[in-house]
Amino acid sequence: MNNSVDTIMVFLVLTNLMLLGTSRLGTCIRVVAIQGIALGLLPLFLHRNWGEIHLWLLAGAIMGLKGGVFPWLLSRTLRESNDSREDEPFVGYGLSVVTGPLALATCFWVSSRLPLSPQIAPSLVVPVALFTIMVGLFLIVSRKKALTQVLGYLVLENGIYTFGVALAQKQPLLVEMGILLDVFAAVFVMGIIIFHINREFDHIDTDQLSSLRS
Amino acid sequence: MVEPYVNIMLAIILAPLLPGVINRTKAIFAGRRGQPLLQVYFDLWKLMQKGAVYSRTTTWLFRAGPVIGLSAILAAILLVPLGAAESAISFKGDLILFAYLFGIMRFFTVLAALDTGSAFEGMGASREVTFAALAEPALLMGLAALARQTNYLSLSHMLTGVSPAMWGAASPVLALVAASLFVVFLAENARIPVDDPNTHLELTMIHEVMVLDHGGPDFAFIVYAASLKLWALGAVLIGIAVPIRSGRLWIDVPAAVAGMLLLAVLVGIIESSMARLKLLRVPQLLLGATAFSILALVLVLR
Repeated sequence: MNNSVDTIMVFLVLTNLMLLGTSRLGTCIRVVAIQGIALGLLPLFLHRNWGEIHLWLLAGAIMGLKGGVFPWLLSRTLRESNDSREDEPFVGYGLSVVTGPLALATCFWVSSRLPLSPQIAPSLVVPVALFTIMVGLFLIVSRKKALTQVLGYLVLENGIYTFGVALAQKQPLLVEMGILLDVFAAVFVMGIIIFHINREFDHIDTDQLSSLRS
Repeated sequence: MVEPYVNIMLAIILAPLLPGVINRTKAIFAGRRGQPLLQVYFDLWKLMQKGAVYSRTTTWLFRAGPVIGLSAILAAILLVPLGAAESAISFKGDLILFAYLFGIMRFFTVLAALDTGSAFEGMGASREVTFAALAEPALLMGLAALARQTNYLSLSHMLTGVSPAMWGAASPVLALVAASLFVVFLAENARIPVDDPNTHLELTMIHEVMVLDHGGPDFAFIVYAASLKLWALGAVLIGIAVPIRSGRLWIDVPAAVAGMLLLAVLVGIIESSMARLKLLRVPQLLLGATAFSILALVLVLR
């Protein structure tokens, strides 16, 4: 496709690797915010219709929500929970970072076998979208804190969104706005749930939720 | 062909200037006047005047370490180009020889350190080897990605083949390789996020502690080899990051030398602005560099 889209994709991969490697929850929230802003730029560079108003609207909405509102909601939740700011993973950070490139290589292999249109096949978009989805799933599964699981969900959604933007050339504005609204509602609800978990249990460690309160 | 001679002469003469530039940058950041830019040359001169003291418990390995280290790094200097100036020797696959000349240098430094029987030197040797084992995949993967990108298998052709046009076409790959090699450059040269060259506590030293028992000309060899190592890895990095290839030697070579000096300033800025990482964090940094290299390799192999 073009070089700027590939640069955004490489940036996406780097933010994913950073998410796999950092332990600070605040840093993770910021990285996801930066990822959201980069994704907001994606439809503009992918379709290159600089005059079309709906692309600009979409980009603005995505950057505002993913780069502004979600990080604000999540960091407020983090501030109000008196929990330690470090995540304790099931899978260590070094191993997570090594898993990243392996998963990326798998995604390249998988996407080379997908029947894609010749227009989209040579670009990085599809494999990186798959990789982002896998990283999101990995974050949900391998981290203990409820907050990181919300972040994993957001990264997962970012991956699905990248996939959609690349494949559907003319997605109606209404559908994309609907998806954004769903994600917004989900993050809102999850923020409230984390708040309640924290008030009941004094921590947001999902691994310990199964043990009874004393 | 005058290029290889210019290249080697510049390396041999200017290499001790790089630590001087780094120290001067750190001094300016700290608000000090700092030591003279040529301090390393003075140190080398002073050390060469002295005699060496050898412990009775050491064997020939202890004396061989610095000599082999210096010869290995001089051989590496023969392989590396400077900007557009080609290297003296180049053959297919010499990038592997380049990587493992550093390995030989490290191996004999470590043996010499262990030969003294000092507990501190053993500890430093163990750390040095651990970090080197993690930095090596990053270096080799990065060079492999670069070889694939430029379609050459010798270091000299690879690095002189990088051009502004290639930066336009494959900027993600080159930027990833450059970032990865920069981390390797800092780790291999015992610079700050990995090792603190100014520390005076044996417990926290890595590279410095291994050479504590060397003195006189032996230590001069070690100091000179360290500056040459800085120069050799820096030249690889500059070959990628400063792709000025006008075809005229009197423009390209000074541009590369200026790039080296800027690199030294950058290292000085990093050393002034951040602290050394915890020992447990260093593998994470090196694994990150390896991930960058693998990513670059995946991008070019696709």
